[in-house]
Amino acid sequence: MADPMRIRAQAAGGNATVRVLMSHEMETGQRKDSAGKVIPAWHITDVTATLNGKPVMSAEWGPAVAKNPFLQFTIKGAKAGDKVAVTWKDNKGDTRTDEAVVS
Amino acid sequence: MQSRRETLKQSAIVAGLLAATGLFPRAALAFNKAAFDAKTVADAVKAFGGGAPAESKDVTLTAPDIAENGAVVPFGVATTLAGVRQMLILVEKNPSALVAKFDVTDAVEPSFATRAKMGQSSDVYAVAITADGKAHFAKKEVKVTLGGCGG
Repeated sequence: MADPMRIRAQAAGGNATVRVLMSHEMETGQRKDSAGKVIPAWHITDVTATLNGKPVMSAEWGPAVAKNPFLQFTIKGAKAGDKVAVTWKDNKGDTRTDEAVVS
Repeated sequence: MQSRRETLKQSAIVAGLLAATGLFPRAALAFNKAAFDAKTVADAVKAFGGGAPAESKDVTLTAPDIAENGAVVPFGVATTLAGVRQMLILVEKNPSALVAKFDVTDAVEPSFATRAKMGQSSDVYAVAITADGKAHFAKKEVKVTLGGCGG
């Protein structure tokens, strides 16, 4: 299974800036391997985030997002101690959720 | 460290919540393939229900002038417009123009940053689609010294 996501959530002025580093190949489906066969597309398709269990952010990604994707967004009204959970789902059906506490 | 059981349970709860909130206008958690297959900027925006995009000063795209490595180009999109539903990042000359779509809710600021691959020097667009279906964009030309899509 993939490595855990690194999530940093920092509270500042009533909001929390969340930075996530995910571990994923993000194959575009454009590359060919040494035998000349196309390496099939394998990338995160959906990303969602919740604050204390309530969904706050969602995104859909194509293969063009870079390998080991970085994501930054700001949740309004979050404070220190709140729990932020980030979930990704890829086109093979794999999924992963990691959590962090706002500091 | 959460046990696997707890992680699975939480994923199920999150999925259920998402489906219930109706945040996704299409079938819950469906990946909008049509938009990501779109070859032009206008088509991708149309797939999300946006009208013909109009350039706007209220949308900002933060991107380097020259990307040293086309495999990892940092982008930031933000807008000061009100009532924005979705924000898109598109790279015109990529094999598939749409890089990412972010849903904007009242709980987040309409400002996102990520890193993307660029196959070659190209115009990059940040599009904000408001609740009334209007699409506003900002664009910037980003030069790439080493293409990032491989092959």
